[in-house]
Amino acid sequence: MTIADDRAGVVRPDADRETVLEVSHLEVTFPSEGGRVNAVRDVSYAVRSGEVLGIVGESGSGKSVSSLAVMGLLPVSARISGSVQLRGRELLGLGDKAMSRIRGKSIGMVFQDPLSALTPVYSIGAQIAEAVLTHRKVSKDDAHKRAIELLDLVGIPNAAQRAKAFPHEFSGGMRQRAVIAIAIANDPDLIIADEPTTALDVTIQAQVLEVLRTAQEVTGAAIIMITHDLGVVAGLADRVQVMYAGRIVESAPVNEIYYRPRMPYTMGLLGSIPRLDDKDRAALTPIEGNPPSLLRLPPGCPFAPRCPIAFDRCTEVEPALLPVGGEHHTSACHLAAQIESENLAVTDVFPEPEIPENPEVRIPRERRDEVLRLEGLVKEFPLMKGHVFKHRVGTVHAVDRIDIDMRSGETVALVGESGCGKTTTLLQILDLAKPQQGRIVVLGKDTAGMSKAERRSLRRDLQIVFQDPMASLDPRMPVGDILAEPLSAQGISGGRAREKISELLALVGLEPSHADRYPTEFSGGQRQRIGIARALALEPKLLVLDEPVSALDVSIQAGVINLLQELKGRLGLSYLFVAHDLSVVRHVADRIVVMYLGRVCETGTVNEVFDQPYHPYTQALMSAIPLPDPDREHSRRRIILEGDLPSPADPPSGCRFRTRCPRRVGLTPAEQEKCSAEEPQLLEVGDDHASACHYNSAASMV
Amino acid sequence: MTQPSENLVIDAEVESNDGGYRQAPDEGARRSRSRGRLIFRRFLRNRLAVVALILFIAMFAWSFIGPHFNATFKGDAHCTPAVTPGLPGYDHTCMWDYKQNDFSSFSDGPSSKHYFGTTQSGQDVYAQLLRGMQKSMVIGLLAAVMTTAIASVVGSAAAYFGGFVDRILMWFVDMLLVVPGFLIIAILSPLFQGSTWLLLVVLIAIFAWMVTARAIRSQTLSLREREYVSAARYMGVRPARIIARHVLPNIASYLIVDVTLNVGGAIITEVSLSYFGFGIQSPDVSLGTLLQAGQDKATTAWWLFAFCGGALTLIVLCVNFVGDGLRDAFDPGSATSRAR
Repeated sequence: MTIADDRAGVVRPDADRETVLEVSHLEVTFPSEGGRVNAVRDVSYAVRSGEVLGIVGESGSGKSVSSLAVMGLLPVSARISGSVQLRGRELLGLGDKAMSRIRGKSIGMVFQDPLSALTPVYSIGAQIAEAVLTHRKVSKDDAHKRAIELLDLVGIPNAAQRAKAFPHEFSGGMRQRAVIAIAIANDPDLIIADEPTTALDVTIQAQVLEVLRTAQEVTGAAIIMITHDLGVVAGLADRVQVMYAGRIVESAPVNEIYYRPRMPYTMGLLGSIPRLDDKDRAALTPIEGNPPSLLRLPPGCPFAPRCPIAFDRCTEVEPALLPVGGEHHTSACHLAAQIESENLAVTDVFPEPEIPENPEVRIPRERRDEVLRLEGLVKEFPLMKGHVFKHRVGTVHAVDRIDIDMRSGETVALVGESGCGKTTTLLQILDLAKPQQGRIVVLGKDTAGMSKAERRSLRRDLQIVFQDPMASLDPRMPVGDILAEPLSAQGISGGRAREKISELLALVGLEPSHADRYPTEFSGGQRQRIGIARALALEPKLLVLDEPVSALDVSIQAGVINLLQELKGRLGLSYLFVAHDLSVVRHVADRIVVMYLGRVCETGTVNEVFDQPYHPYTQALMSAIPLPDPDREHSRRRIILEGDLPSPADPPSGCRFRTRCPRRVGLTPAEQEKCSAEEPQLLEVGDDHASACHYNSAASMV
Repeated sequence: MTQPSENLVIDAEVESNDGGYRQAPDEGARRSRSRGRLIFRRFLRNRLAVVALILFIAMFAWSFIGPHFNATFKGDAHCTPAVTPGLPGYDHTCMWDYKQNDFSSFSDGPSSKHYFGTTQSGQDVYAQLLRGMQKSMVIGLLAAVMTTAIASVVGSAAAYFGGFVDRILMWFVDMLLVVPGFLIIAILSPLFQGSTWLLLVVLIAIFAWMVTARAIRSQTLSLREREYVSAARYMGVRPARIIARHVLPNIASYLIVDVTLNVGGAIITEVSLSYFGFGIQSPDVSLGTLLQAGQDKATTAWWLFAFCGGALTLIVLCVNFVGDGLRDAFDPGSATSRAR
């Protein structure tokens, strides 16, 4: 089987496309301590060959469970009913042996974590060959050849050689490519991709999405793309269905969903995502409340408690999924017809909250107090080898001469791929110790000459909010005790502390009576609010936010972002915001610092940098962020970075970005020579905007 | 923090903005509130463990209550008085205890006079067995708790502080691991002749905590990297407090299971020490000394060996079943205790 003759399948006209998968009235329930959980309720859909179906939903919406049911991968304790037909053949009720013959052959799978999807003890090539050998009668040599062909297809350079490598020698993005290669090894009719890019960096996500596109073109298979990110499917999917509380609540062609949503939940999702291209939106429109528990759902529409336009009927009768407006557009809402006829927009349904502004921001930046200054900060980690006699074999340059200055009332975003040194920078600041080289000045105090007592008292002014609210709250302590901890560490206890705890809980929008509950009783968003309350307990001036919303569901994320914005305005805080999601950064930050391999490559005000990024890396980062807007997503220029971040133990000479730089291709050899010989310094390219490239040139990336 | 801040005054605006978040956590979440109850319920699903726990408690209780329900005899003022004491001076109604010799019956089988028979020197096996069980179980429980306590302090401190502290403590642990503990106790035992049996508890614990300490160290190593521990550090909380409040409670499930499993081990150690004459000293008895006394007559006078051998087997089995049950109840992935 060669690749060329498969391509014919792609160009078939729409009408001829046959239905590959038909799911009807699928129901899945799981046993739990509290009774049976209805994870999937009455889900029906069909996918035709060559079609990309996006299934979007928050965690717990049943999107993964429904596709696991299709693959027959649910645990035995699950009860499944309904029907799943693959090309007319019923899959439900087939034994594991029969399903194994279908999985990997007719259905290809791509999971979220590529590391656990590959066996660490076999080479990548052998694992792909195995996928071929299990389902076809071919010789080992042929299977191996096919494996190399597939690796080449998914864009792994030097495929014949890399096939001999083991999974740990591959980077995350390359592993996911290998998994995709396995998924398409037997020309499946259907590829199910469950959050295939969630664990990856944005630049790698863009690469993997591109590979998925290629894979689809080559095999002509139908793809079911499961994701929580409306941006990811906008550019890829033909049709999108939105799931909520185990049901499909809206299903439509991709443009209809994004431009004419007819279900308030979809509208809420669209309103709550920060976008790379929105400049002036003051506040996001969060969906309030939390997704319902799937244990004993109350009657009526499960979204009704969070729906701003719900009326009596919504809490009594659950709406059916009915056609509305445009072609193939269905929505499960009693008010769909009204939304359709009045053509309601997102902001009509979800009012935009008002965010108070910190009066300080009107003072010119130079006249405001300095809260944080880094001067030529360096942090290196030794690479050690040997057990008995440890010796140094190299140095990881995690942070290499970076400068940041931050004024009060400001949000400075530190941005870059994982491994760029942003977390190390944070930890250096939080440790309040004398840096290896350079200076750290927090609130006017240099950390170098600080005594223990001074450091302790400075801790009050510098607090941190962590990424994962589950990991940052001790599960064994009630919320009241968690909030009391910083207070007692600084000598506040008893009645004063209790009073303060109630105040803090109210401040972040929680009930003071929640103080005696445990973190597990709260949802992700509420937990992050507790994390914020704890950080605010000592009334700090500078708050370090380490990816504070990236672990949250979209609908919850907006509420937390708004809360942060509001607290900043009311309490006069300054934020050092570490993030990899540039759309969130655009929304919350005033200034941005883009880091690459421990160096700053571009810095400036958010509007300057986003409107006119100069550095090729910044441009690539921006182009990698998907827009929740199918038309723009299809038409925008995309820069896909090649390869992965080089090892910080052995950074490239000269410009560190030169090995992946898309701009380098257009340079003359003499100019290229300069890139590898001379390290570019930050150069002013505009008003309060600097970029470190020898050949700075602006381009709009949105 | 001395003066109240004006910043943190509750503002009506916030309440209205975030009204949606003020709702109570949903019902499903509330049910998970009492983790202890949940674990208890999961434990109850493991029938074998429940039976073992009941049996263990029953045997423990019996070893203390049982001696008061032994056969009686007419004796002098020096014997253990029975439930209904007779006239003072002489002709008491007495109850056999573990020290008493019945000079009218040597090596007799079980009868109404001596429920479990008598030894070669006419001691009541029933009274001796219960006394031995008492000693062995109390020693086992105390030693197990002490073992886990030492292990958790050393293990968590080594992991939390790392570096120099870690190296010293782990060096000590490794050294104790290669030292033959049993031999050391055996050699030292003459020194402790006549002193309290509590010393034996300490000795058993001192040579049993090392493996647990290593396990706790590795668990603490991963806990130390948790964000709530870093958060506490950045808030200026002191290390001892972090260990006590954040580290140990989070490995509590492991510690509880470890204690139960250590009980079996400690009882066996005590029994084997006593068997070789290094543990409990006569006239006091433990299951070990009883086994030692009865072993050579196992075929001729079976009651000397069978009762205490059976009791020992039963106790250790029960403890292990309870430990397994607890471990499964704490482990969310285990199949035996899952809801059906």
